[in-house]
Amino acid sequence: MSIQAIKDRKVKPFPAPSKPAEIIAFTARARRRFDPAAISGKLASTLVPPVIVVAIMLIVWQIACSSPTASLPPPSQVWNEAYDLIAHPFFNNGPQDIGLAWRVLISLQRVAIGFGLAAVVGVALGALVGQSIWAMRGLDPVFQILRTVPPLAWLPLSLAAFRDSSPSAIFVIFITSIWPVIINTAVGVRNIPEDYRNVSRILRLNQLEFFVKIMVPAAAPYIFTGLRIGIGLSWLAIVAAEMLTGGVGIGFFIWDAWNSSRLPDIIVALAYIGVTGFCLDRLVAAVGVFVTRGTTAKWEMDDDGLSETRPYR
Amino acid sequence: MTAYLKLDHIDKSFMRGGQVSDVLKDIRLTIDKGEFVSIIGHSGCGKSTLLNLIAGLAKVSAGAVLLEDKEVDSPGPERAVVFQNHSLLPWLTVYENINLAVSKVFGGKKSRAERHDWIMRNLDLVQMAHAKDKRPAEISGGMKQRVGIARALAMEPKILLLDEPFGALDALTRAHLQDAVMDIHSRLGSTTIMITHDVDEAVLLSDRIVMMTNGPAATIGEVLPVPLARPRRRIELSSDRTFLRCREAVLKFLYERHRFVEAAE
Repeated sequence: MSIQAIKDRKVKPFPAPSKPAEIIAFTARARRRFDPAAISGKLASTLVPPVIVVAIMLIVWQIACSSPTASLPPPSQVWNEAYDLIAHPFFNNGPQDIGLAWRVLISLQRVAIGFGLAAVVGVALGALVGQSIWAMRGLDPVFQILRTVPPLAWLPLSLAAFRDSSPSAIFVIFITSIWPVIINTAVGVRNIPEDYRNVSRILRLNQLEFFVKIMVPAAAPYIFTGLRIGIGLSWLAIVAAEMLTGGVGIGFFIWDAWNSSRLPDIIVALAYIGVTGFCLDRLVAAVGVFVTRGTTAKWEMDDDGLSETRPYR
Repeated sequence: MTAYLKLDHIDKSFMRGGQVSDVLKDIRLTIDKGEFVSIIGHSGCGKSTLLNLIAGLAKVSAGAVLLEDKEVDSPGPERAVVFQNHSLLPWLTVYENINLAVSKVFGGKKSRAERHDWIMRNLDLVQMAHAKDKRPAEISGGMKQRVGIARALAMEPKILLLDEPFGALDALTRAHLQDAVMDIHSRLGSTTIMITHDVDEAVLLSDRIVMMTNGPAATIGEVLPVPLARPRRRIELSSDRTFLRCREAVLKFLYERHRFVEAAE
């Protein structure tokens, strides 16, 4: 919760002492904003521990791989041999010789299409399963079995169906990331408090209005949990799928580097993949926080309040 | 004159695992326009079920609910409910919560500016206009219940149904809200049915008190008119003879003749 919210709450209900309250709030805010010691202290406390850990890991790695018989390159060798990849993420020397950032963007584009489709179809199917007991009975067993199929097991089938590598990779992302979206949406919809349904019934909202105005916002925290798991899975799947389908994505780059024994390149690519996956996860989480407008944690579902409106037992 | 709202020989039973349990049996009641009626009874006597039947949220097993001689079989905005736990939508502000109701009920009839004025008028009525841009999580329980009342009133209902509206509030807030409801009732003359388990509240607010017997198969045990002039003031009434007599009658009904036996559940 922001400082702004606290200030508003204090000031609004009591109009009389609003002036002094406002002055206090302003000075408090100003002190926060222009206090370099506090800011640098906070930065240090969040940045220093991971920096130390990474430094220790690099040192251990360097020592462990320094011997001439070591099978993996030490960080110093990675830095020297893959310097071009690290320093110039956006170079472009022709169709197969492009910077890692371009490759990541191409993979991200596939993820965007596949995951976007999975999000739309997953929320719709999840809403259906959560809303209708018969849809749940029919579809839930199917979903529970299909969702355990590993992503790459779909690849031969989708290659046969689409006869092209790019749509096949997109389909693999779609089929991988859709299950958590469906299941979480269904749970969210099933957990919509009976009172919200009653409100919509009294207002005579039609199906579409109920879906847009009650169901999606009420289930939003669950939906975004599903989307977050889904985007993580789809990033896992795209790298694996591209290794097999080829093209210019980051996954194929790793496979290509392995075939030409460029181990330092692989290590740099792994770092790119990890950072990108982390950013994707945070991005979906941030969108979730924005869409649910920070109300998620504060939702109260006082259970005794609902009991009287439930059927008599 | 025909009754405004008529509960005509209503039975209600639920099926649970092949077993039928009777909740309400032979409920007969007529309510006039502008009347304030309280329904009181021990917990589990089916008074909330009765309210849900009037609201149309549950279906009667036998008999009928008639509003202006038309049968009620589904929920609708002309029978607005104020829920015990306010059930405001937490992702909408106070204003947006009421707007959801107003734009649905008056979407085709009022212009945007008229709807805005109507929302603000109803917020003023419950003295919540100052908090219109807050979310439910940012206001107190009493304020939420005020907004819940404003939302119900904004639907311009024929009947206002209050389901233990003050049950979750502390005593002082409850008194404030009771005064607010009395004030609104005297200004708008809205026909109101309130579920409560608070004897003082029932006597203070109602024109008539409907006392329910204990379940299973609960029914109306007695209907007590409250012949107190309005406006009523709680401090003056606390020593008023009629008030005390009504209070005693309800207490006697609840605690002597229809004592709540927990073991019977």
